[in-house]
Amino acid sequence: MNFPAELKYSKDDEWVRYDGDDAYVGITDYAQSELGDLVFVNFPEVGDEVTAGEPLGDVESVKAVADVFSPVTGVVLEINEDLLDDASLINSDPYGSWFIKVGSISETDDLMSADEYAEYRGQ
Amino acid sequence: MKLIFEKSIPGRGQDIFPACDVPVKLPEAPLREKKAHLPEISENEMGRHYTALAKRAHGVNDGFYPLGSCTMKHNPRIDEKMASLPGFTKLHPLQPASTVPGAHELIDELEKFLCEITGMAGVTFQPAAGAHGEFTGLLMIKAYHTDRGDTERNEIIVPDAAHGTNPASATMAGYKTIVIKSNENGTVDIDDLKAHLGPKTAGLMLTNPNTVGLFDPNIMEITRLVHEAGGLCYYDGANLNAVVGIVRPADIGFDVIHMNLHKSFATPHGGGGPGSGPCAYKDFLAPFAPGLVCKDGKNYERAEKSIGNMTGFYGNFLVMVKAYTYLLTIGKDIHTVAQNAVLNANYMQEKLKDIYPIAFDTTCMHEFVIGLDPIYRATHVSALDVAKALLDYGIHPPTIYFPLIVHEALMIEPTETETKETLDEAITAFREIYEKIKNAPETVQMAPQTTPVLRLDDTKAAREPHLRFDFD
Repeated sequence: MNFPAELKYSKDDEWVRYDGDDAYVGITDYAQSELGDLVFVNFPEVGDEVTAGEPLGDVESVKAVADVFSPVTGVVLEINEDLLDDASLINSDPYGSWFIKVGSISETDDLMSADEYAEYRGQ
Repeated sequence: MKLIFEKSIPGRGQDIFPACDVPVKLPEAPLREKKAHLPEISENEMGRHYTALAKRAHGVNDGFYPLGSCTMKHNPRIDEKMASLPGFTKLHPLQPASTVPGAHELIDELEKFLCEITGMAGVTFQPAAGAHGEFTGLLMIKAYHTDRGDTERNEIIVPDAAHGTNPASATMAGYKTIVIKSNENGTVDIDDLKAHLGPKTAGLMLTNPNTVGLFDPNIMEITRLVHEAGGLCYYDGANLNAVVGIVRPADIGFDVIHMNLHKSFATPHGGGGPGSGPCAYKDFLAPFAPGLVCKDGKNYERAEKSIGNMTGFYGNFLVMVKAYTYLLTIGKDIHTVAQNAVLNANYMQEKLKDIYPIAFDTTCMHEFVIGLDPIYRATHVSALDVAKALLDYGIHPPTIYFPLIVHEALMIEPTETETKETLDEAITAFREIYEKIKNAPETVQMAPQTTPVLRLDDTKAAREPHLRFDFD
């Protein structure tokens, strides 16, 4: 399983990629693999506030609907509209498929390095 | 097979009734611009069409239907018979109460029966479904807090094993849902509950026994803690079948409850209704009850601080007739429903637990959950594959991938109306499938092989849903 070293990881299986003061957020390879074929995503809107540890939206697979938790507190700057049209991109490219870009970040969950996350998930 | 629209031939139709010879003139404004696409088909062909559909479907009449959390039991035919009596079917809700005393007597008596079963003080029959009952109960809880001037309470606590309707109903009622964890035994984690109780707690919604089929051993402490924090306790009656006639929700600290008459009390369900989700409440919530009630056979009354109407009139009356008939038929033996439901589930669990991993391996209530995850990790045979393989045995699959707290869940609820022979056949099917998982897993992954349609691409169906017939 692939956990790129340049990303940070939450215990709820989200990844964070920093871009200056802003951050892109998505779900990990492990998360997409556990959920199976994804068919739908539900995002906040641009301008919404997200809170670390609280759901920012959800993903739906043929098995289940799962909350996606925000690893940071901040304001949504952008959403990845490609995923609204084709959720399968998350399965094929979980780290290219960012969900939202967050700015004005005031708080961040305790995040793990790629190695720590791999160990946490027993991979 | 062809859709009925594909079988339609313009100009064809039934020929029993002569053509209408009365001139009909309708006002222009509400008329459709284009004629509706109604199928035109002879009575004979239509009969065959629906018979063919019925042959491709699976109902309780066709075979075992252990769909967990759904209580797909046999509904006695006498209940249908009573509900089809013209004295009931031809009533109109706008008839003066004085012309329908029998119907009101039936509603009143059924209310008494349900109060006896739940320990509650009153029942509203307005809610038309289980989730509608949840919504009603939550609005009553909200009205109660508001009436006391306690307007800061905006949180409803729901365990992570709950039915999805619970957080949905809480959201509909304007509450924030606070999800609490289950402990390693599959029941409410008391510490997590304590951590989330507070001045914002409006109430707790709990299904007991819960969705893993376990009766919460700490239920008295749970409801006490919620009450001490100033919240009320809502009982989701989805699993009432497991305790009916044995445990009364009011006695274990619940203030308001909904029941699914179309599930526990003898109306066939799963086909989209009509259902009935009456809400029973303790005395102090009676002022907030919805709808109009006729208590003296003559006049309608509205509760003093009623939350309003949840539906038109009384709710789905004929579903009440079925529940009333069912309860009169079973009478004082109602507890045997729960006893046999629990016995059947435990029998199946015991006969399968040596090969299938049971999610919470203890004596269960009316249902139990297999957590197939270890088998899936080792063989790549999933809960979905096992469910599909059961189709080849003429068995409706259990609920799969629910509750969410169990990975690769198969949730099995045999119900009380199945014989030991049927359970044994199902156990044999499960055991044969297990042998196939070990020796020829690909045969399970390719199941079913004997059904009218084989394995469907459910991912494609969800990603590219094709929900309408394309006429052009």
